[in-house]
Amino acid sequence: MKRTKGIRRLVVVFAALALVAGACGGDDEGGDGDAFRIAIVAPSASNDLAFSQSIVDAITAIQTEMGADAIEIAVSDGLFVEADAAAALRGYAEDGYDLVIGHGSQYGALLSEIAKDFPDIAFAWGTASDTFDLPNVSAYTAAADEGGYVQGVMASMLSASGNIGVVGPVDVGDASLYVNGFVNGATTMGSDVAVNFIGSFSDVTLATEAANAHVANGADVMTGTAQMVVGAVGVADQNNVLWFGTQSNQASLADSIVVSSQVYKWEVVLSGLVDSIKDGTLGGQVLEINLANGGLVIEYNGSYDLPADVRQAADEAVAGIIDGSMSTGT
Amino acid sequence: MSELLTQTAIVATVAAALRLAMPLLLAGLGEMYGQRSGVLNLGVEGVMLLGGFFAYWTALELENAWLGLLVGLIVGLIMGFLNGVISVTLKANQGISGIGVFLFGLGLSDLLFQKIVGTPRLIDPLAKVEIPLLKSIPVIGEAVFTQRSIVYLAFLLVPLSMWILNKTTFGLNIRAVGENPAAADSLGVSVARTRYMTLMIGGLLAGGAGAGIVLTTGTFQQNFTAGRGFIAIALVYFGAWRPIGVMLGALLFGFVEALVTQLKTLELIPVSSQDLANMAPALITVLALVVVSQRFKPPAALTRPFSRGG
Repeated sequence: MKRTKGIRRLVVVFAALALVAGACGGDDEGGDGDAFRIAIVAPSASNDLAFSQSIVDAITAIQTEMGADAIEIAVSDGLFVEADAAAALRGYAEDGYDLVIGHGSQYGALLSEIAKDFPDIAFAWGTASDTFDLPNVSAYTAAADEGGYVQGVMASMLSASGNIGVVGPVDVGDASLYVNGFVNGATTMGSDVAVNFIGSFSDVTLATEAANAHVANGADVMTGTAQMVVGAVGVADQNNVLWFGTQSNQASLADSIVVSSQVYKWEVVLSGLVDSIKDGTLGGQVLEINLANGGLVIEYNGSYDLPADVRQAADEAVAGIIDGSMSTGT
Repeated sequence: MSELLTQTAIVATVAAALRLAMPLLLAGLGEMYGQRSGVLNLGVEGVMLLGGFFAYWTALELENAWLGLLVGLIVGLIMGFLNGVISVTLKANQGISGIGVFLFGLGLSDLLFQKIVGTPRLIDPLAKVEIPLLKSIPVIGEAVFTQRSIVYLAFLLVPLSMWILNKTTFGLNIRAVGENPAAADSLGVSVARTRYMTLMIGGLLAGGAGAGIVLTTGTFQQNFTAGRGFIAIALVYFGAWRPIGVMLGALLFGFVEALVTQLKTLELIPVSSQDLANMAPALITVLALVVVSQRFKPPAALTRPFSRGG
C-alpha cells in the first residue's frame, strides 16, 4: 500500500510538471506591433499533402511576398475535434490576432458564434460561401469542379480500359465539387467512372480498400480527395495505375504514376482579404479561387511523360472553362 | 446485381474482408486476454496508433517492413506494461484510464509523425505470400491464400489462443483471475502478475494491429485507425470473450465493409445513398452485439481492481 501511495505521488507530480512545461512551450511570441497577425485553425496536419496543407502553404506564400516582418503566422492543426477547434479560435481572437481563419467546413457553427463575440476581429471561413451576415466574417471556397473537369478529360484519354475509379471522403464541400466535375469530364469523353465516398476524412484503411476494389474492377486511372487518399495513392503506385491529385501537389508521393494535381492557391484571394482588412473592412466577402483568377492551377508532374494530344485537350478545356464556352456540368 | 456474382467480384470481396478483419482480429484477441483476466482496456486505439507510427517510421528508415512489425510489437508490449502499472498497480478506474491512454497515443503518434517524418511518404508494404497448392482452389484459393503474412498470422492466433486459454495452466489462471480473483489468490495464483501478462499480450497484439494497418496500406496518417480499436473492443463482447467469437465478429465487420465497398465500385450504390451504406458495418455489428450479449455473461471480475484482503 505504501509503495502504491509513493508511486501515485510521483505520478501526480510528474503530470503536473508536464502540464506546466506544455503550457510554457507555446509557439506564439508577442511579436512586434506592426506585423499583421494571421491565425489558422485546421482539422488535419499542415503537411497532409491535401486540405490543411493548402491553407498553410497559401498564408506562407503571402508572408514570403509581403515580408517576414509584415506577416506573423500561428497554426493550430489537427483539430478535428470541434471543442478543441472552438477553444483555439476563441484563444486567437482573445490574443488579438488580425485575421482568424477557420479552415474547415465543419467549423461553420463555431465561427458564427465566436465571431459575434469578437466584432473587432476579422474571421474567415473556408471552404464555404456563407458569412452569416456578420460584418467581420468572410468566406472562401474553391471551384474545384473546374480542375476536376479538366483532369477528368485527361483521365479518360489516358485510360486504356475505359474504367476509372474515384475515392472520396464525404459528399460535401469541395470534395463533392471536385468529384462531380471530374466525373462529368471523364464521362463526356466516354469513360465509365465508379465513385466511392468512404464516409471518412481519415480512414486510410477504407481508402486503400476502395482503391483495391477499383483496381480489381479494372480501373487503370484513379483520383481522390482529402487526406486519407494517401492510402489510395499507395495502391495506385503498387499497381501501376495513374493518379490525379487535388488540393496540393501530390507528385512527391508517387512520382511515377501521378499525372497532375489541381493545386489550390488560396493566396490569390486571401492576400486581397488581408489588404481590405488593413483598410478597415473586416469581412462580408465571399471569395472563390478558380481557373480564371489563377487560384486553381493544374500542376503537371514533370516525371510523367504526358502525351501531347492529352495536354492539348486539357489546355483547351481550361481555356473553355475560363471563357465560359465549356461547362463543368455541376 | 449479377455483376456482384462474377468471380472477380467475389474474389475481391472475400480478399478485402480478410484484410479488413485482420487488425480487428489482432486487437480484439489482445483485448480478450485482458478482459478474461478482469481488466478492461479502452486504450486499444491509442496503442494501435503508437505501434503503427513506430512500425511506419522503422519501415521508412530501415526499408524493411518486418523490422517495422517487430518494432510495432515491442512498442505495444511496452504500452501493455504501462497499462498494467495504471490498472493493476495504481488501480485506476479502468474506463477513464483507458480513454487517457487512447488520447495519449493519438496525440503522441501525431506529434512524432509531424516532427520526425513531416509529409506523408509511401513505404513498401509487407510482401504477399502465396500458399502453393491451396491457392489453386477455385475462387476461394485466390481470395484467401494470396494474402500478406500478417493476415495468416492473425488467423493462426485463433486456434493458438483457444489452446492457451483452455489447455494450459496459464489459461486456467487467466480465467480464474477474471472470475474470482480472491479465490485464485488464496490458491497461490498471483493476480497482479497474471493481469500484467494479459495486458502485455493485449498491448503486443494491439501494437501488431496498428503495425498491420500501416504495413499493408503502406502509409501513415493522423488518426489512421479511425475508431477500429473501439470496434475491436466491441467485438470482444460480441464474441463472448472467446477467440472463435472474436474471429467471427471481425469477419462479420470486415465482410460487410468489403461488400459495401464492392457494391459502390460496381456502381450498385449511387452516391446519394452512400452515406447510408457507410453506416452498415457499424449498425450490423451493433445489432449483432445486442442479440449476442443477451446470452453471454462477462467475466465476473471485469473492471474491478483487486486488492488482497479487501
